[in-house]
Amino acid sequence: MADPTIPILDMRAVSKTYTAGGRRTEALREANLTVARGAFVCLLGASGCGKSTLLRVAAGFEAPSSGQALMWGKPIAGPGPSRGMVFQDYGLFPWLTVRDNIGFGPKARGRPAAEVRDTAERYIALVGLQAFADAYPHQLSGGMKQRVAIARVLANEAEVVLMDEPFGALDAMTRERLQDELIDLWSRTGLTILFVTHAIEEAIFLADRIVMMSPGPGRIEAVHTVDLPRRRDVSSPAFNDLRRMLAAQLHSHHAPRAAA
Amino acid sequence: MSTGVEAGALPVTAPASVPRRAGFGLAPLRRLALAGVVPAALVAVWQATTAGRPYSLIPPPAEVWAELQDLAIGGINDDAFSGTLWNHLEASLSRVYGGFALAAAAALPLGLLIGRVPLIRALLDPVLQVLRPVPVTAWLPLAMILFGLGPRSAFFLVFLGAFYPILVNTVFGVRSVEPRLFEAAAMLGCTGPAQFARVVLPAALPSIFTGLRLGLGFAWVVIVVGEMTGVQTGLGAIIMEARQLSRTEIVICGMAVIGVAGFVSDWLVMQLGRRLLAWSPNHG
Repeated sequence: MADPTIPILDMRAVSKTYTAGGRRTEALREANLTVARGAFVCLLGASGCGKSTLLRVAAGFEAPSSGQALMWGKPIAGPGPSRGMVFQDYGLFPWLTVRDNIGFGPKARGRPAAEVRDTAERYIALVGLQAFADAYPHQLSGGMKQRVAIARVLANEAEVVLMDEPFGALDAMTRERLQDELIDLWSRTGLTILFVTHAIEEAIFLADRIVMMSPGPGRIEAVHTVDLPRRRDVSSPAFNDLRRMLAAQLHSHHAPRAAA
Repeated sequence: MSTGVEAGALPVTAPASVPRRAGFGLAPLRRLALAGVVPAALVAVWQATTAGRPYSLIPPPAEVWAELQDLAIGGINDDAFSGTLWNHLEASLSRVYGGFALAAAAALPLGLLIGRVPLIRALLDPVLQVLRPVPVTAWLPLAMILFGLGPRSAFFLVFLGAFYPILVNTVFGVRSVEPRLFEAAAMLGCTGPAQFARVVLPAALPSIFTGLRLGLGFAWVVIVVGEMTGVQTGLGAIIMEARQLSRTEIVICGMAVIGVAGFVSDWLVMQLGRRLLAWSPNHG
């Protein structure tokens, strides 16, 4: 593959400004971020902090207004299979079965039919949906839909998985199950994951590195390394200390705005 | 009231304690019985108001039924109309389905492009929107000049009648595809024109099907108008000719055949849709 000394993702002074109806909105100001291969990085912040914008720039859905977005040292020119995206609202194709949703990427990239089938079966098994292989998305629960969305990205040999609050619409118990499954997948496959969330606990549970972002304009405020042993115990004192610290930091970002 | 109908329709009713099981097997019968109530009442009124009155302008049901048999098989009246029904039906069917197929072949790709490509939308949408309110029947004189007096004009009118419902619904379907699905396709490696076949068409299919159904319905409406001038065959032609000869029973037969033919063709499209749209929670 590529030179291991080069980060898989490299955001250099990425800014993004939208103009709508004559009004300019600065969604992201000079964000610098490198993600090493195999890392699990969370972008944490309140709404409007630019975390989703940064993710969408990495996906190639948005071009930076200034700065550079690089993958393996090369500019990201648009969306592509090397960077798979998992959306909060799933984005599954409603007219395709679970099997065909998972096989969509390989098929679109012209893989032979037999290989598409084998790949789909393998990833259906990976996310434990064998019994639902022929079901349509509207027949699945939210947790199952998100499993399909993850499997679909993995089946397409994505090197980086970009996740935009993927568990935000799920109930608490399903969310915890999927968080566990995701960590399990990540540690078995050596994937690189960039994960957007506004939940402090979720970020600490999942990430190696937490990138704190703050709004008005969206920017990166601080980066914390999480070196708690896995599987992380959410009720341990160390976990709680970190949670308290991050919460205080998040709220301090908002204090001036709240007072104004 | 519903229990009365049920009891009437089902002489061997199951005990009231197991209505669900009994209802499951007999639901189609009950539906059929309910569907027959209004037509039966209409025929009864028709019979009561026309039978035994020699000066009635509307013939009684029995006379129409006899005429229908004569049109289909012959051997009752042995006049110019006897046994001609199938020729007329075939002529109308070929125009309806020919015009409809041509309309679908033109409106589908055009709708996909108008819905998806801004340049083509800017180019064509205004023209089509201005032409759309013009009733198909208003095109008749122009059609006769352009295509001559005869079946080609009828064909053109059917095409026009089916074209707009298909086009408008296709454009609507394409425009309302969830933008998220294009992003999902793009990040999976399906970009550009490949998205037409893999995303736009399947996502818009429910709407396209609505358009096809409406289009086929309009085709049956328009065929009669199209066949009323200068056409020798077709259900519209036979109705027009019978009217001039004051053969009202033939007019009614023509109407009934159009009704049944239109119903059957709609049913066929629905079955096809049910098959193709099994994935959609709103269909199937």
